Parts: sequence; C-alpha cells; structure tokens
Amino acid sequence: MADKPRIKLPKEAAKGEIIQIKTLVSHVMESGQRKDAQGKTIPRKIINKFACEFNGKPVFACALEPAISANPYIQFDAKIDEAGTFKFAWTDDDGTVITAEEKIALKA
Amino acid sequence: MKAINRRQAFALGGGFVMLTVLPMAADAEVTNDAATWIEKFTGGKKPAKGKISLDLPEIAENGNTVPLSINIESPMTVDSHVKEVMILADGNPNAGVATLSFTPLSGKAEASIRIRLAATQNVVAIAKMSDRSLFSEQKTVKVTIGGCGG
Amino acid sequence: MAPRYVGLAAAIALAASVATAALAQDAERKGIPAPPGHVFNTIISGYQFRSKETRALQDDDLENPGFLAVERAADAWKKAEGSEGKSCMSCHGQPETSMKGVGATMPKWDDKLKKPVNLEQRINICRVEHMKAEPWKFKSRELTDMTTFVKYQSHGMPVAVKTDGPMSPWFERGKQTYYTRYGQLDLACASCHERNNGKFMRADFLSQGQTNGFPTYRLRDQRVVPLHERFEGCMFDVRAEPFKPLSDEFLALELYVAWRGIGLPVETPSVRN
Repeated sequence: MADKPRIKLPKEAAKGEIIQIKTLVSHVMESGQRKDAQGKTIPRKIINKFACEFNGKPVFACALEPAISANPYIQFDAKIDEAGTFKFAWTDDDGTVITAEEKIALKA
Repeated sequence: MKAINRRQAFALGGGFVMLTVLPMAADAEVTNDAATWIEKFTGGKKPAKGKISLDLPEIAENGNTVPLSINIESPMTVDSHVKEVMILADGNPNAGVATLSFTPLSGKAEASIRIRLAATQNVVAIAKMSDRSLFSEQKTVKVTIGGCGG
Repeated sequence: MAPRYVGLAAAIALAASVATAALAQDAERKGIPAPPGHVFNTIISGYQFRSKETRALQDDDLENPGFLAVERAADAWKKAEGSEGKSCMSCHGQPETSMKGVGATMPKWDDKLKKPVNLEQRINICRVEHMKAEPWKFKSRELTDMTTFVKYQSHGMPVAVKTDGPMSPWFERGKQTYYTRYGQLDLACASCHERNNGKFMRADFLSQGQTNGFPTYRLRDQRVVPLHERFEGCMFDVRAEPFKPLSDEFLALELYVAWRGIGLPVETPSVRN
C-alpha cells in the first residue's frame, strides 16, 4: 500500500548552508475516533513517528498523534556541512516503516 | 447575507444549529488531557513567554487540514539549541498533536505540519531548550462546523 | 429550546466575524471575462474564493497532496491489466502528449454510444473494450487517481467543452437541473452559486461552483474527490435525494457546469475546503 514518499530538497548546497526539506507521504491517518456505518469504532492506524538523519546523525524527528491530517506533510530544515545522504523513515502503528533516501552534494 | 432571505437563513441555520452548540460552548474551556501532557513535558515548571512564533490561520477553512508553522528563536549550536517542541490542541478528544525533536544539525528550529482541529480551540506550543529552559506560545483557531465544507 | 437560539445566534455571530475577516483578505477576486451571452460577466475559479492558506497548499507542487494521486496514476498508466495484456501506455504512449488537452474538453460526444461521456467513463470504456479489464468503480482510488492524472495533463489549458450539435439537448437538460430547486431546503445550484457567490451562507463562503479544479483534494475528506461525488454532496447538503454518480442527470449537469466555467484554466489537482 505504501506509495513513494514525496521529498523536495536541493541537489547541492554550500558548506554551512541551511536548506529546507519538504516531505509528503500517502497515509490515511485513521484516528481511532471514527465509527463505521455499523457504529463500530474504526481502529487507529497512523504514522506515529517520522525521523530524518544525515550520514547517520539525527537531524529532525517528530512523534505524531492522531491529530495529524491524512497524508502527513512535514517540513523542516537541515544544516549542510558535508556531502552525504539523508535517510527518511515513517513508522506505522502496524510496525511497517516507509523509508526513502536523498543525496546532497557540496557546491564547488 | 443580503441576498438570502430571512426564511432561507433560518432554515439553514436551524438545520445545523445542534452541531454548532457544542463546539461553541467548548471554546473557552480545556476539555481534554492537555494538563497531563504539559505536566509530563515540563515537569511542573512554568514556561516563559517569547521566542516562539506560531503561525496558524485565524479561521480554518476546514478543521481536518489546518496548516501549522512554528519557528523558535535559537542559535541552534551544540551549546545552545532547541531540543523538543510539544504541540497540543486543548479542544480535541486527545490533546496530543506532535512532538518535534531538533538537533544542531537542524540548522533552524523551524517546522510545518498539518493538523486536525475538532472545534474552535487553542493550539499550544511548548519548547524545551538545551539549557532546559521552557517557552510557550498559543493561538486560537476558529473552526467552522456543519454546512457544505464541514 | 433556549440552547437552540443561543446556538443560532452564535452561528450568525461567527459567520459575521468570518465574513469581515475574509472580505478584508479577499477584497478582489480575479477572473476571466465571460464570452457574450454567458450567465456571468466574470468567470471566477473556486481558487479565488479560498483562504490564503488553502491557496498556498495548491500552489506548491510538493505541498499539494493531490499530487500523491497524480504520481500513483503515473505508475498505473504503465501497468498492464486485463486479458489483452495492455496498459494505458500500450495504446496512448506518453501521457504528456497523448492526453494533453483531453481533460479540458470533457464531457465529449461519443458517436458509438450516442451520448456524451466524461473522463471516468472514458477511462473505463478503455479498460473494458481495449484492455479487457474490469472497470474501476466510481469513487475507487484507482479511478479517481487516473481521472486526476489525465486531467492534470491539461493543467493550465482553458476549459473548452462543446455544447452544440448532438450535445445541445444534454446542455439544456443540465441547465434545467441547475435551475431546479431540490430537497427539503428547496435550493437550486443557482441559489448558491449564481445568485449568492461571494457571500456567506452561514459559515460557508459560496463560490461560483466551477469545476476546473476537479478532481480536487478536499481538506474535509483529506483525499482527492471526483466531481460527481461533490455533486452528490451538494444535493445531500440541501437534503435532497442525490442523483447517482455517472448518471445521465449528473453527466448533463457536468457538461452544463463546465460551460459555466468556459475558458478557466484547468487546475487539477486543485485544493479546496
């Protein structure tokens, strides 16, 4: 079910530059508050955690509650001191993890 | 409302009125577990005002998707940075919205998310700095319920 | 009964305060001049009636969650299905060229069926006749995704439906539906979207009811919503028994309402409340 996450960040940055990262992932974010047509509570199923690391070091993370809208959008920043790889991970209540990677180079 | 006559206005208003009473009544009071979240996050210490700018629409076009941006003033160095920011909604069934974790590699203590607000209420942000000091800010968001958009 | 009136007063007060704020923000809504004989002087997209926050969600291709649907369908486009072993791409190649402008001219006359068909129906005709695959159900994620994807290939192009020739009785039928009052609230499409657009009905800020952004990502539903589902919603809101999605009634209405927005740029996937 997991679709490819959408991620936007520059391909390269100057040393010391702070870049903006935008992420959007497809997920229903079922709150556990809603009831189906039979009046039965629809069980909660959300992305409960997002984490971003760069070359293995944590950059930004976010614990998410059912009050986050469906198809979670998360935007944050990162300071670039070296070239390397961003790793992104969205953790579902059911234990599955959606992952993605993006590389960034240093401007010559 | 000029071109809609009185009868139509009442017919429409009457139809949605019961939906409107509850959220309006909840406007002023905290109806959920916000205090527990705050106690756990702050350890009972009272946060100071300032440092946080919290950007939310004054009126949400729909409570299911409300854009929220937050920016906390900080040099974001190893010695002095924002560690965590807790975001709460005091009128939702559960107060918790998100807890953001920053590091010096974040560069800026800035983030945007989209949140669900069940009714008109306050959105509260509390930031915990690397020196353990606390800051807070809150904004009221009006949420319209009922009608075509609700 | 007291709380009822308190509630009503509160609702009116809230609507009034919302109105003031929004009017200050949206003093001027830009539109395009309507052709001679049109119902409006200026044709205005629903985009112009939305808050700056909602418009911002549409404006940025990464932030716009409607693009999740576009990307899903871009993969589905290439996927072979059905007993013929064909994908959309087998016949249509690159969607950027083959589908360019297609969505802007729908619904269109179908000579074989002797009636107009819309994009959803056209996609399913392809699936059944050429791919020998099961048709997608209306409101299924697959059908709405593909409809969004094909319409997106006309992004920025003007809405250009044909309403003459064999289409003209369908146009008249759609027009009649548009001006007919339905439901317990006794409202026609025109009551809100022609006579009262730009005004508040309680807390609802009424637009011209244009369709150039459909399928649209609705903040309320947190997913992409096809046009006939919105039509159903409107009829439900006036407490009428809605017509069925993809029925002749809604098809005629889709044609007529498309004409009311003639020349507006296709905004799919738009973002609406």
